Amino acid sequence: MTLPTALDLAQAVRTGERSAVEVVEEHLARVEEAEPEVHAFNLVAGEEARAAAAQVDARVARGEDPGPLAGVPLALKDNLCTRGLPTTCSSRILAGWVPPYDATAVSRAVRSGAVVIGKTNLDEFAMGSSTENSAFGPTRNPLDPIRVPGGSSGGSAAAVAAGFAPLALGSDTGGSIRQPAALCGVVGLKPTYGVVSRYGLVAFASSLDQVGPLARTVGDAVALLEAIAGHDPADSTSLDRPAPALSGCLAQGVEGLRIGVIQELAGVEGIAPEVGARLHEAADALAGAGAKVDEVSVPATMWGLPAYYLLAPAEASSNLARYDGVRYGLRLARPDITSMYEATRSAGFGPEVKRRIMLGTFALSAGYYDAYYGQAQRVRTLIIESFAAAYERFDALLSPTAPTTAFPLGSRTADPLAMYLSDVCTVASSLAGHPALSVPFGTGEGGLPVGIQVMAPALGEPVMVRVGAALEDLAP
Amino acid sequence: MAARISPADVAHVARLARLELAPEEVELYASQLAQVLDYAAEVAALDTEGVAPTAHPLPVRNVLRPDVPVPGLSREEALSQAPEVEEGQFRVPRILGEEP
Amino acid sequence: MTTSPGGWETVVGLEVHCELRTATKLFCGCRNAFGEEPNTSVCPVCLGLPGSLPVLNAHAVELAMRIGAALHCEVRPSIFHRKNYFYPDMPKDYQISQYDQPINVGGYLELPDGTRVGIVRAHMEEDTGKSTHVGGGGRIHEASHSLVDYNRAGVPLVEIVSAPDIRSADQARAYVNELRGILVATGASDGKMEEGSLRVDANVSVRRAGSDAYGTRCEVKNLNSLRSLARAVEHEAARQVALLEAGQAVVQETRHWDEGAGRTQALRSKEEAFDYRYFPEPDLVPLEPDGPWRARVAASLPPLPAERRARVAALAPGAPPDRVAAVVELGLDGLVLEAAAAGADPALALSRAANEVAARAPAAGGLDPGAFASLLQMESRGELTPTQAKAVLSRLLDGQRDPAGVARELGFEALPATDLAQAVDEAIAALPREWERYLSGEDKLAGVFVGAVMKATRGRADGKAVTGLLRERRRSQAG
Repeated sequence: MTLPTALDLAQAVRTGERSAVEVVEEHLARVEEAEPEVHAFNLVAGEEARAAAAQVDARVARGEDPGPLAGVPLALKDNLCTRGLPTTCSSRILAGWVPPYDATAVSRAVRSGAVVIGKTNLDEFAMGSSTENSAFGPTRNPLDPIRVPGGSSGGSAAAVAAGFAPLALGSDTGGSIRQPAALCGVVGLKPTYGVVSRYGLVAFASSLDQVGPLARTVGDAVALLEAIAGHDPADSTSLDRPAPALSGCLAQGVEGLRIGVIQELAGVEGIAPEVGARLHEAADALAGAGAKVDEVSVPATMWGLPAYYLLAPAEASSNLARYDGVRYGLRLARPDITSMYEATRSAGFGPEVKRRIMLGTFALSAGYYDAYYGQAQRVRTLIIESFAAAYERFDALLSPTAPTTAFPLGSRTADPLAMYLSDVCTVASSLAGHPALSVPFGTGEGGLPVGIQVMAPALGEPVMVRVGAALEDLAP
Repeated sequence: MAARISPADVAHVARLARLELAPEEVELYASQLAQVLDYAAEVAALDTEGVAPTAHPLPVRNVLRPDVPVPGLSREEALSQAPEVEEGQFRVPRILGEEP
Repeated sequence: MTTSPGGWETVVGLEVHCELRTATKLFCGCRNAFGEEPNTSVCPVCLGLPGSLPVLNAHAVELAMRIGAALHCEVRPSIFHRKNYFYPDMPKDYQISQYDQPINVGGYLELPDGTRVGIVRAHMEEDTGKSTHVGGGGRIHEASHSLVDYNRAGVPLVEIVSAPDIRSADQARAYVNELRGILVATGASDGKMEEGSLRVDANVSVRRAGSDAYGTRCEVKNLNSLRSLARAVEHEAARQVALLEAGQAVVQETRHWDEGAGRTQALRSKEEAFDYRYFPEPDLVPLEPDGPWRARVAASLPPLPAERRARVAALAPGAPPDRVAAVVELGLDGLVLEAAAAGADPALALSRAANEVAARAPAAGGLDPGAFASLLQMESRGELTPTQAKAVLSRLLDGQRDPAGVARELGFEALPATDLAQAVDEAIAALPREWERYLSGEDKLAGVFVGAVMKATRGRADGKAVTGLLRERRRSQAG
């Protein structure tokens, strides 16, 4: 199935060649056909999408600029607030909650002409790597329904892979855009921390969370990133600079770029042989295209995962305290407030969320703060320094996105640590706040897609998308 | 330093986090959390003498907002999602202790 | 330094929460208003809705820095932490507060009596909402349920923590009073303790006089007025002394001041020890006021109460300190200074301001300083008696502006000096026996002559001038 790119669709809508309504209908028809098997969505907003598409068409008819993403269907991870549309984070605790406002990334995408067609499934509160930790049931990989789509933005990745929408927004805390993109054979981009506003993204780990695009091509992902990026006064951690201009970088090639293959991740424990093979082929292909490719040791990348599993749960334990049955969401009736809190939260959160809340509470608690949380923060500094040393010699770094291809549903749910190891390649750049991109590059076991991760220093998106676009062209 | 997390620790942490756990859950979580904490011990063992902690990946300082009112939510909007409302306020069950 | 008869010394440290006078809350654009309908000044941020984020109010920072500068603190780079605990007043179930890196550290406050009280820190934090307990007479433990209003959630506070340098209930009261004056002067607070704009918690302990070690302290809460504060400190110290003298120990705990019963009571013990799990607030970035900003804030400080008192005292040497303090506290020092600059006797201006003007404090703002000065000068020249001058002042406080006109209207014609001398001599002549006794040293008989002169002049004479003349006559007769 060769589907048009988001940019092709927008072009057709902008010129009046196709109507936005027709484009949306076509996608909704695919949703209707395959969604029962895939379960990418928590909510399909068909009526709202048709109405929004009609408005785009009306703008075109009036000769107004309908925006660079005119009429392109957009799937939103269900942890992005949407005014008037339920936002659940795939959690029972938020079931039925309707936000009174739109996330900044959402309103900016819509202002660019994109048409929201639904809210996608995720691991509850974005905690997971398989989209199996959803209160509403797992999402399946459209390429092989017995396998997971990855996570936590598994619904968004599956929606793009299944042709439900050419564009989706996800959120990435430790790899939640890149890893599912890799497992579903699509492109996923985590921007530099602060490039996209977090306002309206339901927080998991605030110092790590970033909103970013998933798409079938690097060009489409870049177009969506350009639409949502830029300073937002509502987010104190938003960088005070204009959105990066990236489209122009796509065709620049890699001639002369210095690209390092991270040894520690290329040979990471548990890596599937085919994944390792694709990484080396990708490196060779880039070298063939004129890049100076070499191996590089970035030892601190191996400390990323343990540091991440202390920092992220700690922040999460505090971010998720507000789900207490007082102002919104689930409440179980109890005679006093403490029993109400405990009953509501115990019934409302799934096991993985409880696990991380307890882990984080423990890491912050008296007597352990310095050994765990404080130490993880210092290790975070070491990781940043370790990357800085590598970026003195290289413009971009390469690794697998995930150690394996998509794994079968249920195969890792009983072993939290095994599931956490899915993020081993992606967490380090999250901790550093750096941008990273996953691009499909060939296949592995059972013909399932392999993703290659391109990393760059903070605000290195231009060089990162140059390498990403080249890999896309060079992919087998 | 790899402090083992005991079932008693899990029960304490669950209380702090306002989570109610059945006894068998306490055992299960204790073993799972111990596994993760053992893994985390890798970083706990690193020498970080003299390393400053990173709370933020950004070199951003002094982000401020002008002291100018902006419209918020109407009372109806504010209360519309509440499980229980009385007299324009959020109703909660009996509170057991004074605010700390 | 106050010690009880048994040789015990009271040691007090105070924590004062000051609500800042900003237009909006600390982290969102909701109005910082008092007394509105419940839940009408709220938004996604201060309701803690999922996905909302805090952004720091620049003016709140400015006010916090002013407080720091006024208390001689070091204004430092700071960060915010999250203090985690579950309570329905707190929409996020954590409070954003400064913890180990507060904006202001290490200052002092000088009491009017010259005592210096150390300031440990003055940090920023957000206020919580308000819960009302329904049933059980509003008492938390007997209530059937509670209602929560988040209008105050997120209102900016500065918490000012003193060193344990306070040694008596009176000093505690003086400290808060002085601090209130400073907070009002800096524009940080409206100073209304009864409305909760200033909230005071007292850490009270006792020790043997002369001891260097501190005793076990109790934190006393619910002090809604200066009077409550002083009473609570006194009662708490007495309670602790009684315990210790009976051979018992003081238990470190939080106690609630019961104004009606006039005693402190232990709060019901908590079901668990609190573990606030402080960690740096990842939704906010560090606050690092640079040198120019700090200098600008320091330069923008208005004269503070201590400085204002010094100015008044310098004008009127020997004036009673409490009179000077009262004038400054009521904001009447400007009036005194202006009157003095216009040529009035500073001591007289101070006296009138501290008494007659102060008694009508709300109307004092309308008093024209020029008219006040002219009136004082008329009195000093003897054109009006003190009684008459006070009557004219009262009219000026009613809004009239021309003291000479008012005096004429009231029939206060000045009594020429020759007329006064004549009236005195006539009185002496009419009361020879009394005059003999006065000559022999019975000073109290002066009153008889003053009364007679007053009667003869229909109250137009100045009593002091009459006494003066009487003394003069006695001296010349004796000579």
